[in-house]
Amino acid sequence: MSEALKVPTMAEMMAAGETPDILFWVGCSGSFDDRAKKITKAIVKILNKVDMKFAVLGTEESCTGDPAKRAGNEFTFMMQAMSNIQVLNAYEVKKIVTGCPHCFNTLKNEYPELGGKYEVIHHTQLVQQLINEGKLKVEGGEFKGKKITFHDPCYLGRANGEYEAPRSVIEKLDVELAEMKRSRANGLCCGAGGAQMFKEAEPGNKEVNMERAEEALALKPDVIATGCPFCNTMMTDGVKYNDKQDETQVLDVAELIAQANDL
Amino acid sequence: MEYIPQILFLIMLAVGFGLFAKSAMRIRRNVLLGRDIDRKDRASDRMNLMLRVALGQSKMVVRPIAGTLHIIVYAGFLLINIEVAEIIIDGLFGTHRIFAPVLGGLYTAAINFFEILGVLVIVACAIFLWRRNVMKIGRFHSTEMKGWPFKDANYILIIEIVLMCALLIMNAAEANFPDEHRAAGPFLISGLIAPVFSGMSYETLHLIERVCWWAHIAGILFFLNYLPYSKHFHIILAFPNVYFSKLTPKGQFTNLESVKKEVELMLDPNADPFAAPAEPAGEAEHQRFGAKDVQDLSWVQLMNAYSCTECGRCTSNCPANITGKKLSPRKIMMDTRDRLEEVGAIIDVNKGTFVDDGKSLLHDYITPEELWACTSCNACTEACPVNIDPLSIIIDLRRYLVMEESSMPAELAPVMSNLENNGAPWQFSPADRFNWAQEG
Ligand code: SF4
Ligand code: SF4
Repeated sequence: MSEALKVPTMAEMMAAGETPDILFWVGCSGSFDDRAKKITKAIVKILNKVDMKFAVLGTEESCTGDPAKRAGNEFTFMMQAMSNIQVLNAYEVKKIVTGCPHCFNTLKNEYPELGGKYEVIHHTQLVQQLINEGKLKVEGGEFKGKKITFHDPCYLGRANGEYEAPRSVIEKLDVELAEMKRSRANGLCCGAGGAQMFKEAEPGNKEVNMERAEEALALKPDVIATGCPFCNTMMTDGVKYNDKQDETQVLDVAELIAQANDL
Repeated sequence: MEYIPQILFLIMLAVGFGLFAKSAMRIRRNVLLGRDIDRKDRASDRMNLMLRVALGQSKMVVRPIAGTLHIIVYAGFLLINIEVAEIIIDGLFGTHRIFAPVLGGLYTAAINFFEILGVLVIVACAIFLWRRNVMKIGRFHSTEMKGWPFKDANYILIIEIVLMCALLIMNAAEANFPDEHRAAGPFLISGLIAPVFSGMSYETLHLIERVCWWAHIAGILFFLNYLPYSKHFHIILAFPNVYFSKLTPKGQFTNLESVKKEVELMLDPNADPFAAPAEPAGEAEHQRFGAKDVQDLSWVQLMNAYSCTECGRCTSNCPANITGKKLSPRKIMMDTRDRLEEVGAIIDVNKGTFVDDGKSLLHDYITPEELWACTSCNACTEACPVNIDPLSIIIDLRRYLVMEESSMPAELAPVMSNLENNGAPWQFSPADRFNWAQEG
């Protein structure tokens, strides 16, 4: 672990008369959930490493409204969206990177009609760009030669057609990328989307995350990689339930990069 | 006397097409009960999509066996129906194989080709029947497939086999005609069956040939009129259905304009709280938030319901269904169609106006338990070979549940109030939102 994180806020930047190149949208999970905070920090480490001029909203950030919208509560969604857009537009934000596919989808697709027009990318896309532009050099480090499978988050994959960015980043680590039978457009949900994360599952004969975790574990991977804090929680639970936490880690793509390169 | 067959033919044709037109208009009327939605943008993208997905069946071949067989039946059926053009002309003018002398060798080649296709269609249909009835592939035997939907699929396959057999037997009988009566042939496949009829008198052969000829055209007209009552209407609706399907990213949900206006007013510090509502009187009638019944859905969603082939690809990819939950996106589409048919029938009985029957799509057909099992993962929309969007219906029904009935799973209520009060789904103080940066 290297020096302390540098996380400037929009308000600070503004006070100093500066404009960041990109806003890092952390998201609720990334701000409050202990596991997801580690992903957030891994993203910041990467941003720090390449000296990206970025900022976060800090306490001015608020939920994008995704869980409300998927649950059918358009009122709550709309209130969140409009107040977020007010904040973002006041700071004249042009470009946003998100740490969560749900924030990514909502900001990118649903805010423009409401007056919030930004260029929005997911953090795996940003990392891919940084690597491709030569700004970020990555090595496999501790993951070299390990077997990694990538679980496609629905809101990154099917919802927005991004299957390649996370895979191309993982491949840079000199690892064996093993695919589950249900992957890419055929990927199976982790069970968290559509506000399921916040409620009990309906009666059935299995939890969705168990089904998915078993599929991933059948490959006997060293790491199940994801790009979503909710998928991360679901897969971690599934791995623990199968008592495989000693053999298989669940990590975000950003964490893979940060850990492999001692950031 | 000699015109009687032609007159009979004309009557049969007129009745066949007339009844079909009536059914088609009924379905059109039902679809247009839906709300308006603009899907006229990006015409060339839509055209390309239609050519690729509907005509080219690009999503069918994701499952190679079913996909290939389906393409055979589809192509076979379309191409062989070129022959119907000749049948119609012959029937109306009392001619026999009018194209044979005109096309000569090309005619023989064409019929040979159709016969080969015909055999492929028969084989493919037989395999389909096998898969449904003997192998009992899971997705054809879920709860919503009991009864009519299951029989419907079998009927269609049997009709297709009968139609193809009629054609082949017709040609085989004619192959045994004395030369002076034979207009064309013998042909490739029917030539192989021909010996079965050898030694029969010309009168008998002619009778067999005529019976098959009439059976074929009558069968086609029956098929045409069966379509509107069957999942097989998809052979027509697949095209407009794909053309008008959603082009925006799958994850993008619609924003409700009515809610937006209300929230804008709420957030506007300059709004006078005591002012009269801004809407003009005409709009005063409250438009429902979300959908309770079929009329609250859009015409695209209603067309989706009539386009569903009940193939179950959506359901077999649905994480909720895979893990034993009640939700089945196919059932969502079948319920929507059934309810729409019911609403249409009520309108017919009451001379054009809908009379409330105390029922609705939500609750009477689709239960909240089904709706709340959806993870909005889009596996169903991805899997659907004709770009149907069951998820949009699920969300519209959820919207009604939440915003009109204030009903949602108990765990979600505090989530909503946390969102409104703390700006996060959990009960954390917004002031702590940035603490992560200070923690080691
Ligand atoms: S979006 Fe909902 S209905 Fe469709 S496959 Fe996913 S969970 Fe099932
Ligand atoms: S909605 Fe599509 S995938 Fe589902 S049963 Fe109907 S046609 Fe098949």
